[in-house]
Amino acid sequence: MDKMKEVVLEYVIDEYIDEDDDEEVGVDSPLISSGIVDSFSMVSLKRFLENKYKVRLSDEEATPEAFDTVTSICSLVQKHLG
Amino acid sequence: MAYSEKTRDVFTGEIVAIKDKGLFKEKRFICSPQDAEITVEYPEGSSLSKVLNFCANNYLGLSSHPDVVKAAHEGLDARGYGMSSVRFICGTQDIHRELQDKVSKFLGMEDTLLFPSCMDANSGVFEAVLGQDDVIIADRLIHASLVDGIRLCSAEYDTFKHMNMKHLRKKLELHQDKRTRMVVTDGVFSMDGDLAPLDEMVALCNEYDAMLLVDESHASGFIGKTGRGTHEHFGVIDGVDIITTTFGKGLGGASGGCVSGRKEIVELCRQKARPYLFSNSLAPPIVNASIKVIDLISGSTERRDKLEWNTEYFRKGMEEAGLNIRPGETPIVPVMLYNAKLANDMARDMYAEGIYVIGFFFPVVPAGAARIRVQLSAAHEKEHLDKCVEAFRKVGEKYGILGLGKSEIIEKYGN
Repeated sequence: MDKMKEVVLEYVIDEYIDEDDDEEVGVDSPLISSGIVDSFSMVSLKRFLENKYKVRLSDEEATPEAFDTVTSICSLVQKHLG
Repeated sequence: MAYSEKTRDVFTGEIVAIKDKGLFKEKRFICSPQDAEITVEYPEGSSLSKVLNFCANNYLGLSSHPDVVKAAHEGLDARGYGMSSVRFICGTQDIHRELQDKVSKFLGMEDTLLFPSCMDANSGVFEAVLGQDDVIIADRLIHASLVDGIRLCSAEYDTFKHMNMKHLRKKLELHQDKRTRMVVTDGVFSMDGDLAPLDEMVALCNEYDAMLLVDESHASGFIGKTGRGTHEHFGVIDGVDIITTTFGKGLGGASGGCVSGRKEIVELCRQKARPYLFSNSLAPPIVNASIKVIDLISGSTERRDKLEWNTEYFRKGMEEAGLNIRPGETPIVPVMLYNAKLANDMARDMYAEGIYVIGFFFPVVPAGAARIRVQLSAAHEKEHLDKCVEAFRKVGEKYGILGLGKSEIIEKYGN
């Protein structure tokens, strides 16, 4: 799980944070509710998770709440991995 | 009774929640034609106030221009009030064709199709043209109407960081396996007033075989030396494949929009775009007035030149007064305050000083980026600009923000 958090966090920083942005993001930082990731741009994160971990996340599961932190995202993916 | 108290409570609760979040939009009534100086009833029921308007999209000051009003009257007399039809049944007059041809020529495009609004153009264009084998790659800060249109389309979509060309390149590389690629951006972004780097975007689209769609709603008529838009500004008129734009802002201010671009794409919109097929034709007075607008701005750059002068003068004045404005060259001037309450309070105080401006905050702009957005117009005279700068100086002084940068304002008010 810790390895997954590391991988997802790295993707989030690379995909959503500008190089010159001094914003610090950790595994429990709010992503959606803080505006770092919006519902429109969330699609690339969902695609990354599905490709990387070979899971299928339904729209019902991929809610703003479930995607709000790296920790909650990893819990969702972990549920599919069993 | 079908509308029971229980049902009413559901909706009342939602409205209360909007109010609790501080997101409730209050009613404001304008009791005069749209112009630099307007008469406003606000709050609702209060006596009328004459204020200077610094929040309209009336960039060229054509909303109440006598020649435009006269052309609308002539259109009404010559072609009637409405068409009572969608375009393809019996809703297309000769003046619709004339406006489309003039817009194509003005924007440097192959063909144009009118829509009831640019919101409708943006809602319809993607679904009409693209399918599940294609991909749309969009800037993250594009207008909400483009987002809605993209979501209505079966094509896959992806996003890139705002105006980040390195990230766009990465996404174009990622999606080389798709049938076609369409990159989507605003020409001028409505909240920040920044210009998409279309020269770089055209080069990338050429390199990776991608089409480029630009929403020019906040650019048509005044960006570029002759007001053609952002593609003219960057010298890439031939490099943009599709432009969507509106007649509701710089180009007259009434309503209506269009898709202008490669003829096959416009034809597909004519055949398949649902807002075109299932919504009424643009009314004759608006069509005739829009033709007059295109004629006026094709014949003279006087109004966009005045807007350019106003923009430079106002931006310089605001910087000298110590306001923290986002640098740029467009008539959209964000006064950065970072704190939602501060933006609201200052906008209210500006109104008391006779200046009509609005505070914007999350979710309309990113969290922690609250601002008052000032929009300039060719209808503004120098004394209007001076009065607005002076009011900002006075209100800014009251809140102790003059001369402060981002971190200092956040330290003082939080975000």
